[in-house]
Amino acid sequence: MNTQAEPIALTRQDYLSSCDPKWCPGCGCFAILRSMTSMFAQAKIPTHEQVIISGIGCSSRLPYYSATYGFHTIHGRAPTVAMGAKLANPDLSVWVVTGDGDALAIGGNHTLHLLRRNSDVKMMLLNNQIYGLTKGQASPTTPQGLVTKSSPYGAVDKPIRPVLLALAAGATFVARVHDRDVKQMEEVMLAAQNHKGAVFIEILMNCVTFYDGAYESVTDKKTRSENMLELEHGKPLIYGENGNKGFINKNGKLKSVVIGENGITEDDILVHDAHSRNAGLSAQLSLLEFPRNPYPIGIFRQVDEPVYGEAK
Amino acid sequence: MTDDIVEEVKSNGRKAVGDLTIKFAGDSGDGIQLTGQKFAELASNAGEMVKTMPDFPAEIRSPIGSLGGVSGFQIRTGSEGIHTHGDELDMLVAMNPASLKRNVENVKTNAIIIVNQDTFTDKNLKKAEYEVNPLEDNSLDAYRVFPVSVTKMTMNSLKGTGLSRKVMDRCKNFFALGLICWLFPHPSSEVESWIKTKFKKRPELVDANLKVFQAGWNYGETEELFATHYTVKQNKKLIKKEGTRFVTGNTAVALGLVSAARRAGIKLFLGGYPITPATEVMQELLQYQDDDVVVFQAEDEIAAAGSSLGASFAGALGATSTSGPGLALMQEFINLAVIAELPLVIVNVQRAGPSTGVPTKTEQSDLLQAMWGRNGESPIPVFAAATPADCYDVTVEAAYIAIKYMTPVIVMSDTYLSASAEAWAEPNINSLPDIKVNKVAEDVEFAPYRRNPETLARAWAVPGMEGTEHVTGGLEKDGDKGGVSYNPDDHEMMVNLRAQKIANISSEIALPGIQGAEDADLLIVGWGSTYGAITEATEDLNEAGHKVACIQLRHINPLPDGLGDLLKSYDKVLVAENNNGQLWIKLRSEFLLDLQKLSKVRGMPFNVNEITERVETLLSPAVTGEQV
Repeated sequence: MNTQAEPIALTRQDYLSSCDPKWCPGCGCFAILRSMTSMFAQAKIPTHEQVIISGIGCSSRLPYYSATYGFHTIHGRAPTVAMGAKLANPDLSVWVVTGDGDALAIGGNHTLHLLRRNSDVKMMLLNNQIYGLTKGQASPTTPQGLVTKSSPYGAVDKPIRPVLLALAAGATFVARVHDRDVKQMEEVMLAAQNHKGAVFIEILMNCVTFYDGAYESVTDKKTRSENMLELEHGKPLIYGENGNKGFINKNGKLKSVVIGENGITEDDILVHDAHSRNAGLSAQLSLLEFPRNPYPIGIFRQVDEPVYGEAK
Repeated sequence: MTDDIVEEVKSNGRKAVGDLTIKFAGDSGDGIQLTGQKFAELASNAGEMVKTMPDFPAEIRSPIGSLGGVSGFQIRTGSEGIHTHGDELDMLVAMNPASLKRNVENVKTNAIIIVNQDTFTDKNLKKAEYEVNPLEDNSLDAYRVFPVSVTKMTMNSLKGTGLSRKVMDRCKNFFALGLICWLFPHPSSEVESWIKTKFKKRPELVDANLKVFQAGWNYGETEELFATHYTVKQNKKLIKKEGTRFVTGNTAVALGLVSAARRAGIKLFLGGYPITPATEVMQELLQYQDDDVVVFQAEDEIAAAGSSLGASFAGALGATSTSGPGLALMQEFINLAVIAELPLVIVNVQRAGPSTGVPTKTEQSDLLQAMWGRNGESPIPVFAAATPADCYDVTVEAAYIAIKYMTPVIVMSDTYLSASAEAWAEPNINSLPDIKVNKVAEDVEFAPYRRNPETLARAWAVPGMEGTEHVTGGLEKDGDKGGVSYNPDDHEMMVNLRAQKIANISSEIALPGIQGAEDADLLIVGWGSTYGAITEATEDLNEAGHKVACIQLRHINPLPDGLGDLLKSYDKVLVAENNNGQLWIKLRSEFLLDLQKLSKVRGMPFNVNEITERVETLLSPAVTGEQV
């Protein structure tokens, strides 16, 4: 294999192929492609050592727009191809790009097993809560009651919680970001790139055509501070426009409180511990959902564990 | 054993036989497979030509003593012309009533049956559905029955060892082995050193098994049950040479994959998922696991194929082994390998279907699935192994073609080949086909689907290589550049290019050798594991005065050039296969010929006489000229 002794500094543009993206104007995929290529440049990964593997769906077209190696595989099975490529050549940086239908419906089994093995493969799930490429059917993350082309009386199935699933599978790096915050996406992707082991990033992504505004009230800049809980390791779980709301543990559950009311002080607020081997708090956080609670965004879990296929 | 197989009585009083079929049978926990395999190895090492055939139930432990729980191991040995495991038994060793009942109808008249009489209790007889003890009525009069107290003598020889009764009882297969090794003299030292290695982690079992083996041997020596020893005639050419070993088809596949990857100078990656009867391929390969051999147990067959294809994408020889139901799950990935044009070796160890079917029994009924079981126009090479040792050669050839033509290749094996075994000498790796990776041309601008004009194969540009970054995938391509295209001209061009690439492989394929009579009146055509039975049937028919020839197809897709003309040159052609006529469909559609078929779907390989009888019918004056 050829490796550059001194990598030439690459810019984000160097990771973009000559192929123009064919996503709907305004699709969240654009921002994600931007963040990903920007992260590659920051991480200084040579284009020939980067592999992007995808399944089927709108998000899975992403490899075509990247100047790295790419493999647009079959529906739901990208994690399996990634696993084989990584084991065949552990020097490669391998990312899987997938969607909610791809990774959680047809490919649920492979997602589970990729994560539980802690192979050094990074997976980003672009979650728009709908099937886009087939024009608007309910997906495994579609909220109950939503009218779609395949649920004319409202979606019946309970949605899967992707972060909880990843934690249950034992993923060693679990995060959630959204397509309206490019800077945070880059930061989390870079942390993921530097993590040794299985990565799972859920990206809340807007489908402008078939489910526009799915995350509007969470991701909109005006309401973000109230409806979003930013996770940062070692920092208290505080949110709100005035920064005066937070979470405490009450009877084993997370409870939202207001600092300054009922004798609550900042010291009472739980501190986020993403590095704990015990994923209990992260799992509790993954259960917080808008509109009953603010939606947690950031790194839920980041721990070092033996990596599949590497000597311990 | 019948006296008619005795060819001569030697000066030392031993009777020499040229062709002997013996079966060990008992409960599935009785160690029958181990005993049978060891006896076969002893015979093979001594210079006999040996074929074996195990049969065992799908359940790990059926109720002890039941008919469903009978395990058997059949061995045919002789000096020459041993192509199958034998239609009928010259000798049966039955360790319980159920195993007697299951096998007695296959024993030749006047042949020897050794039974463990201690197991013929009322309880066991009932489990075997015997109303009367067959050792006490006259039902076995047609055979020479030797009741032996195997259990009691095993227990007696282990008195004072402190072992539990259960453990002692488990040693009784070594009594049987000792007795048989006395009867067909094989050096006890070879068995003894094997026992010491095999059980070295449990020294108490080494001692116990050695004692019981010796007791069985001594019993033969002192009891004078048998008037004589027998000797199987040996063939000096076959006496064990350095590097020769006894291999099953599954072991041979695993070794073939390792050799092929080494020959190509690349890593081997096998993604697998447990499935009867293919699992041993993955397990065998684990012994060779190192930096250059990666074995990955996936979460299902889809992931097994997917990880293997991912490894091929990254420059390794990706391979996977499975059986019919697994192949069905892999087809979408095989199709991706077709359109992405990446090498992939899929070994399909066929079993009796449909669905879960009869999972431990043999059949050749996946041929059309392998050929045509994918969506779209998706031609791929399909090769078939004829014998256990041939599994090695075919696997190496499949890897050679997969890498040279950048295509998935399916290797067809089956339960019969997977578990039966024969002697095999590992070839020098340099004698194997020269497996060369198609390098990216340096004198022209890189294009991922630029083709070698001769083979039409593309180059293998692999992640990690600088300057050949590209994206491939399941969408149709626009030609050399490999860009996505939905253009009708492009699609038609790519479909035809991929088809032509596979058709080009026929230039590397020779017509199979014709065995049997020249100017034959009838040609038998087979493929895969029917090789032994068809060869032997052809020999028998010609000895009986008929004029019959046979060929065994190794390459089902593409077919060798000239096959149609060859088939046309015979008055009658009989396609014999372990299915309801799948190769028959393929050959008829390809050549518009009125071929006859011989089918068998009983989960069992052909008996030689099933083929000879059918051919005799076809050649009898009454039907000559008429369609049967």
